[in-house]
Amino acid sequence: MSTRIVEVRARVMKQNDLLAHALRERFQASGVSVVGLVSSPGSGKTAFLEKILGGLAGDFRVAALVGDLATENDAARLKRATPNVRQITTGTICHLDAQMIERALDGWQLETLDFLFIENVGNLVCPSSYDLGEELRLVLLSATEGEDKPLKYPTIFNSSDVAIITKMDLAEAADFDLAAARRNIENVRPGMQIFEVSAKTGSGMQEVLQLLRDRLAGSRDTRLAAQVGSLSSLSS
Amino acid sequence: MHELSIVLSIIDEIGEQSEARDLHDIQVVHLKVGAFSGVDPNALVFAWELACEGTPFAQSRLDIQIVPLIIHCAVCRQDRTPPSLNQLYCPQCETPSETIVAGRELEVVSLEVAA
Repeated sequence: MSTRIVEVRARVMKQNDLLAHALRERFQASGVSVVGLVSSPGSGKTAFLEKILGGLAGDFRVAALVGDLATENDAARLKRATPNVRQITTGTICHLDAQMIERALDGWQLETLDFLFIENVGNLVCPSSYDLGEELRLVLLSATEGEDKPLKYPTIFNSSDVAIITKMDLAEAADFDLAAARRNIENVRPGMQIFEVSAKTGSGMQEVLQLLRDRLAGSRDTRLAAQVGSLSSLSS
Repeated sequence: MHELSIVLSIIDEIGEQSEARDLHDIQVVHLKVGAFSGVDPNALVFAWELACEGTPFAQSRLDIQIVPLIIHCAVCRQDRTPPSLNQLYCPQCETPSETIVAGRELEVVSLEVAA
Protein backbone atom coordinates (compact mmCIF):
# COMPACT_ATOMS: atom_id res chain seq x y z
CA MET A 1 0.00 0.00 0.00
CA SER A 2 1.36 3.42 -0.88
CA THR A 3 1.71 6.14 1.69
CA ARG A 4 2.26 9.87 1.71
CA ILE A 5 4.19 12.02 4.15
CA VAL A 6 2.50 14.93 5.91
CA GLU A 7 4.86 17.46 7.51
CA VAL A 8 4.00 18.27 11.11
CA ARG A 9 7.03 19.91 12.77
CA ALA A 10 5.67 20.11 16.29
CA ARG A 11 7.71 20.25 19.47
CA VAL A 12 6.52 17.50 21.75
CA MET A 13 6.98 19.56 24.91
CA LYS A 14 5.15 22.53 23.38
CA GLN A 15 2.26 22.51 25.86
CA ASN A 16 4.55 22.36 28.87
CA ASP A 17 6.93 24.95 27.40
CA LEU A 18 4.10 27.39 26.63
CA LEU A 19 2.76 27.04 30.14
CA ALA A 20 6.24 27.40 31.65
CA HIS A 21 6.79 30.53 29.57
CA ALA A 22 3.51 32.00 30.84
CA LEU A 23 4.50 31.15 34.42
CA ARG A 24 7.91 32.78 33.96
CA GLU A 25 6.24 35.99 32.75
CA ARG A 26 3.84 35.88 35.67
CA PHE A 27 6.71 35.41 38.15
CA GLN A 28 8.64 38.31 36.62
CA ALA A 29 5.60 40.59 36.65
CA SER A 30 4.98 39.71 40.31
CA GLY A 31 8.60 40.39 41.26
CA VAL A 32 9.10 36.96 42.80
CA SER A 33 12.37 35.11 42.27
CA VAL A 34 11.60 31.46 41.54
CA VAL A 35 14.28 28.86 42.16
CA GLY A 36 13.97 25.16 41.26
CA LEU A 37 15.82 22.34 43.02
CA VAL A 38 16.56 18.98 41.41
CA SER A 39 18.60 16.02 42.62
CA SER A 40 18.45 12.29 43.17
CA PRO A 41 16.37 11.01 46.12
CA GLY A 42 18.12 11.42 49.45
CA SER A 43 20.71 13.97 48.40
CA GLY A 44 19.54 16.45 51.00
CA LYS A 45 17.23 18.79 49.07
CA THR A 46 14.81 19.25 51.92
CA ALA A 47 17.47 19.80 54.61
CA PHE A 48 19.20 22.29 52.31
CA LEU A 49 15.95 24.10 51.51
CA GLU A 50 14.95 24.20 55.17
CA LYS A 51 18.17 26.07 55.95
CA ILE A 52 17.81 28.36 52.93
CA LEU A 53 14.23 29.25 53.87
CA GLY A 54 15.34 29.87 57.46
CA GLY A 55 18.24 32.03 56.30
CA LEU A 56 16.05 34.20 54.09
CA ALA A 57 12.87 34.33 56.17
CA GLY A 58 14.13 37.14 58.43
CA ASP A 59 14.53 39.61 55.58
CA PHE A 60 12.34 38.24 52.80
CA ARG A 61 8.92 36.77 52.21
CA VAL A 62 9.57 33.17 51.20
CA ALA A 63 7.44 30.24 50.04
CA ALA A 64 7.99 26.72 48.74
CA LEU A 65 6.31 24.09 46.62
CA VAL A 66 7.57 20.60 47.24
CA GLY A 67 6.97 17.61 45.01
CA ASP A 68 6.94 13.97 46.05
CA LEU A 69 5.20 10.84 44.85
CA ALA A 70 3.56 10.42 48.23
CA THR A 71 3.38 11.83 51.80
CA GLU A 72 3.34 15.40 53.09
CA ASN A 73 6.45 14.83 55.21
CA ASP A 74 8.67 17.29 53.34
CA ALA A 75 6.08 20.07 53.52
CA ALA A 76 5.79 19.50 57.25
CA ARG A 77 9.58 19.86 57.61
CA LEU A 78 9.72 23.03 55.52
CA LYS A 79 6.86 24.57 57.48
CA ARG A 80 9.23 24.87 60.41
CA ALA A 81 10.86 27.68 58.40
CA THR A 82 7.81 29.29 56.77
CA PRO A 83 4.06 28.66 56.80
CA ASN A 84 3.91 29.28 53.04
CA VAL A 85 4.54 25.71 51.92
CA ARG A 86 2.47 23.52 49.67
CA GLN A 87 3.07 19.88 48.92
CA ILE A 88 2.45 18.54 45.43
CA THR A 89 1.89 14.79 45.58
CA THR A 90 2.33 13.42 42.08
CA GLY A 91 1.07 9.87 42.69
CA THR A 92 3.04 7.78 40.24
CA ILE A 93 4.51 10.65 38.21
CA CYS A 94 8.28 10.93 38.57
CA HIS A 95 8.61 14.68 37.95
CA LEU A 96 6.82 18.01 38.30
CA ASP A 97 5.44 19.69 35.20
CA ALA A 98 4.35 23.26 34.54
CA GLN A 99 0.68 22.42 34.89
CA MET A 100 1.20 21.01 38.40
CA ILE A 101 2.95 24.25 39.36
CA GLU A 102 0.15 26.37 37.96
CA ARG A 103 -2.44 24.36 39.89
CA ALA A 104 -0.46 24.44 43.12
CA LEU A 105 -0.19 28.25 42.95
CA ASP A 106 -3.96 28.65 42.92
CA GLY A 107 -5.01 31.40 45.31
CA TRP A 108 -1.47 32.48 46.20
CA GLN A 109 -0.71 36.19 45.89
CA LEU A 110 2.66 35.99 44.13
CA GLU A 111 3.30 39.72 44.46
CA THR A 112 3.42 39.30 48.24
CA LEU A 113 6.47 37.01 47.85
CA ASP A 114 10.17 37.62 47.30
CA PHE A 115 11.27 34.01 46.80
CA LEU A 116 9.45 30.89 45.74
CA PHE A 117 11.34 27.60 45.81
CA ILE A 118 10.20 24.56 43.87
CA GLU A 119 11.62 21.28 45.14
CA ASN A 120 11.22 18.68 42.41
CA VAL A 121 10.64 14.96 42.90
CA GLY A 122 13.96 13.24 43.65
CA ASN A 123 14.99 12.08 40.19
CA LEU A 124 17.98 12.89 37.99
CA VAL A 125 16.36 11.86 34.70
CA CYS A 126 12.84 13.05 34.02
CA PRO A 127 12.79 16.58 35.51
CA SER A 128 15.33 17.66 32.87
CA SER A 129 12.61 17.54 30.19
CA TYR A 130 10.17 19.83 32.04
CA ASP A 131 10.62 23.57 32.29
CA LEU A 132 8.72 24.86 35.32
CA GLY A 133 9.17 28.57 34.62
CA GLU A 134 11.84 29.02 37.28
CA GLU A 135 14.56 31.65 36.71
CA LEU A 136 17.28 29.59 38.34
CA ARG A 137 17.66 25.83 38.65
CA LEU A 138 19.93 24.31 41.27
CA VAL A 139 21.11 20.75 40.90
CA LEU A 140 22.23 19.08 44.14
CA LEU A 141 24.78 16.34 44.43
CA SER A 142 25.63 14.90 47.84
CA ALA A 143 29.14 13.92 48.86
CA THR A 144 27.82 10.48 49.81
CA GLU A 145 26.51 9.76 46.29
CA GLY A 146 29.93 9.65 44.70
CA GLU A 147 31.66 12.05 42.38
CA ASP A 148 30.62 10.43 39.10
CA LYS A 149 26.90 11.31 39.22
CA PRO A 150 27.32 14.21 36.75
CA LEU A 151 28.85 11.80 34.21
CA LYS A 152 25.97 9.36 34.62
CA TYR A 153 23.26 12.03 34.36
CA PRO A 154 24.73 14.73 32.09
CA THR A 155 21.38 16.07 30.85
CA ILE A 156 20.08 17.20 34.24
CA PHE A 157 23.40 18.80 35.19
CA ASN A 158 23.56 20.54 31.83
CA SER A 159 19.99 21.84 32.05
CA SER A 160 20.62 23.35 35.51
CA ASP A 161 22.29 26.69 36.25
CA VAL A 162 24.17 26.11 39.49
CA ALA A 163 25.51 22.95 41.18
CA ILE A 164 25.41 22.50 44.95
CA ILE A 165 27.52 19.77 46.52
CA THR A 166 25.72 18.86 49.75
CA LYS A 167 26.65 16.86 52.88
CA MET A 168 30.23 18.12 52.75
CA ASP A 169 30.50 17.26 56.47
CA LEU A 170 30.43 13.59 55.36
CA ALA A 171 32.90 13.98 52.48
CA GLU A 172 35.89 12.61 54.31
CA ALA A 173 34.03 9.62 55.76
CA ALA A 174 32.67 8.80 52.30
CA ASP A 175 36.08 9.17 50.60
CA PHE A 176 34.52 11.79 48.38
CA ASP A 177 36.89 13.09 45.71
CA LEU A 178 35.92 16.76 45.53
CA ALA A 179 38.34 17.66 42.75
CA ALA A 180 36.96 14.83 40.58
CA ALA A 181 33.38 15.92 41.30
CA ARG A 182 34.17 19.49 40.26
CA ARG A 183 35.92 18.22 37.13
CA ASN A 184 32.96 16.00 36.23
CA ILE A 185 30.50 18.86 36.63
CA GLU A 186 32.74 21.05 34.49
CA ASN A 187 32.78 18.32 31.81
CA VAL A 188 29.01 18.15 31.47
CA ARG A 189 28.35 21.87 31.99
CA PRO A 190 31.42 23.98 31.27
CA GLY A 191 31.58 27.14 33.39
CA MET A 192 28.94 26.03 35.89
CA GLN A 193 29.05 27.77 39.25
CA ILE A 194 29.60 25.23 42.06
CA PHE A 195 28.98 25.60 45.81
CA GLU A 196 30.07 23.18 48.54
CA VAL A 197 27.76 23.13 51.52
CA SER A 198 26.70 21.28 54.62
CA ALA A 199 23.16 22.03 55.72
CA LYS A 200 24.01 20.31 59.00
CA THR A 201 27.00 22.43 60.01
CA GLY A 202 25.96 25.47 57.96
CA SER A 203 29.25 25.63 56.07
CA GLY A 204 28.98 27.23 52.63
CA MET A 205 25.34 28.20 53.15
CA GLN A 206 26.07 31.93 53.42
CA GLU A 207 27.52 31.94 49.91
CA VAL A 208 24.37 30.36 48.49
CA LEU A 209 22.17 32.84 50.39
CA GLN A 210 24.25 35.66 48.94
CA LEU A 211 23.82 34.27 45.41
CA LEU A 212 20.03 34.24 45.91
CA ARG A 213 19.97 37.79 47.32
CA ASP A 214 22.06 39.01 44.38
CA ARG A 215 19.76 37.29 41.89
CA LEU A 216 16.69 38.89 43.45
CA ALA A 217 18.29 42.34 43.43
CA GLY A 218 19.42 41.83 39.83
CA SER A 219 16.01 40.72 38.55
CA ARG A 220 14.29 43.59 40.40
CA ASP A 221 16.69 46.09 38.81
CA THR A 222 15.90 44.67 35.38
CA ARG A 223 12.19 44.84 36.10
CA LEU A 224 12.44 48.41 37.35
CA ALA A 225 14.46 49.43 34.32
CA ALA A 226 11.80 47.87 32.06
CA GLN A 227 9.05 49.74 33.90
CA VAL A 228 10.94 53.04 33.70
CA GLY A 229 11.59 52.33 30.03
CA SER A 230 7.92 51.74 29.27
CA LEU A 231 6.92 54.82 31.30
CA SER A 232 9.36 57.08 29.47
CA SER A 233 8.23 55.71 26.11
CA LEU A 234 4.67 56.55 27.15
CA SER A 235 5.57 60.13 28.07
CA SER A 236 7.68 60.79 24.99
CA MET B 1 10.62 6.85 33.27
CA HIS B 2 8.67 9.80 31.87
CA GLU B 3 8.42 8.46 28.33
CA LEU B 4 4.78 7.50 28.86
CA SER B 5 3.94 11.14 29.71
CA ILE B 6 5.83 12.18 26.61
CA VAL B 7 4.04 9.66 24.41
CA LEU B 8 0.70 10.95 25.71
CA SER B 9 1.76 14.48 24.67
CA ILE B 10 2.64 13.16 21.21
CA ILE B 11 -0.74 11.44 20.90
CA ASP B 12 -2.48 14.70 21.88
CA GLU B 13 -0.47 16.65 19.36
CA ILE B 14 -0.97 14.32 16.41
CA GLY B 15 -4.60 13.81 17.39
CA GLU B 16 -5.16 17.55 16.99
CA GLN B 17 -3.14 17.74 13.80
CA SER B 18 -4.81 14.78 12.14
CA GLU B 19 -8.25 16.09 13.03
CA ALA B 20 -7.45 19.58 11.75
CA ARG B 21 -6.06 18.20 8.49
CA ASP B 22 -8.55 15.35 8.18
CA LEU B 23 -5.87 12.64 8.18
CA HIS B 24 -6.84 9.02 8.61
CA ASP B 25 -4.99 5.74 8.79
CA ILE B 26 -1.70 7.05 10.17
CA GLN B 27 0.91 4.36 9.71
CA VAL B 28 4.16 5.90 10.82
CA VAL B 29 4.92 8.79 13.16
CA HIS B 30 8.36 10.23 12.45
CA LEU B 31 10.11 11.72 15.47
CA LYS B 32 13.39 13.51 16.02
CA VAL B 33 14.91 12.74 19.40
CA GLY B 34 18.06 14.53 20.51
CA ALA B 35 20.80 12.45 22.13
CA PHE B 36 20.77 15.08 24.90
CA SER B 37 16.98 15.36 25.25
CA GLY B 38 16.84 13.16 28.34
CA VAL B 39 14.44 10.82 26.58
CA ASP B 40 15.18 7.17 25.88
CA PRO B 41 14.12 6.06 22.36
CA ASN B 42 13.54 2.43 23.34
CA ALA B 43 11.32 3.45 26.23
CA LEU B 44 9.37 5.71 23.84
CA VAL B 45 8.69 2.79 21.49
CA PHE B 46 7.62 0.60 24.40
CA ALA B 47 5.32 3.30 25.80
CA TRP B 48 3.92 3.98 22.34
CA GLU B 49 2.57 0.47 21.95
CA LEU B 50 0.88 0.65 25.35
CA ALA B 51 -0.53 4.14 24.99
CA CYS B 52 -1.94 3.70 21.48
CA GLU B 53 -4.16 0.76 22.30
CA GLY B 54 -7.76 1.76 21.62
CA THR B 55 -6.77 5.02 19.89
CA PRO B 56 -6.88 5.83 16.16
CA PHE B 57 -3.09 5.30 16.20
CA ALA B 58 -3.18 1.68 17.36
CA GLN B 59 -1.90 0.49 13.98
CA SER B 60 0.87 3.06 13.75
CA ARG B 61 4.51 2.73 14.66
CA LEU B 62 7.14 5.23 15.75
CA ASP B 63 10.14 5.94 13.59
CA ILE B 64 12.84 7.71 15.58
CA GLN B 65 15.69 9.68 14.12
CA ILE B 66 18.39 10.34 16.73
CA VAL B 67 19.95 13.78 16.54
CA PRO B 68 23.54 13.70 17.79
CA LEU B 69 24.84 16.24 20.30
CA ILE B 70 26.62 19.14 18.60
CA ILE B 71 28.40 21.96 20.45
CA HIS B 72 29.90 25.16 19.13
CA CYS B 73 33.61 25.71 19.67
CA ALA B 74 34.29 29.42 20.13
CA VAL B 75 38.00 28.93 19.49
CA CYS B 76 37.74 26.94 16.23
CA ARG B 77 34.55 28.80 15.31
CA GLN B 78 33.09 25.48 14.23
CA ASP B 79 30.22 23.26 15.29
CA ARG B 80 31.70 20.06 16.68
CA THR B 81 30.61 16.67 17.92
CA PRO B 82 31.96 16.33 21.49
CA PRO B 83 33.75 13.07 22.44
CA SER B 84 30.70 11.94 24.45
CA LEU B 85 27.58 13.19 26.21
CA ASN B 86 29.58 13.85 29.35
CA GLN B 87 32.62 15.47 27.78
CA LEU B 88 31.38 18.75 26.38
CA TYR B 89 34.59 19.97 24.82
CA CYS B 90 35.92 20.43 21.32
CA PRO B 91 37.51 17.19 20.01
CA GLN B 92 40.08 19.26 18.07
CA CYS B 93 41.32 21.90 20.52
CA GLU B 94 39.77 20.52 23.77
CA THR B 95 38.16 23.86 24.69
CA PRO B 96 35.06 23.27 26.85
CA SER B 97 31.83 24.61 25.39
CA GLU B 98 28.45 25.14 26.98
CA THR B 99 26.88 26.19 23.68
CA ILE B 100 24.65 23.40 22.47
CA VAL B 101 23.75 23.67 18.79
CA ALA B 102 21.78 20.44 18.44
CA GLY B 103 20.89 17.38 20.46
CA ARG B 104 18.03 18.57 22.66
CA GLU B 105 15.29 18.05 20.05
CA LEU B 106 12.06 16.30 20.81
CA GLU B 107 9.86 16.85 17.83
CA VAL B 108 7.18 15.23 15.69
CA VAL B 109 8.55 15.72 12.18
CA SER B 110 5.89 14.14 9.98
CA LEU B 111 3.14 11.59 9.70
CA GLU B 112 2.99 8.87 7.11
CA VAL B 113 -0.59 8.22 6.06
CA ALA B 114 -2.21 5.82 3.61
CA ALA B 115 -2.41 7.52 0.25
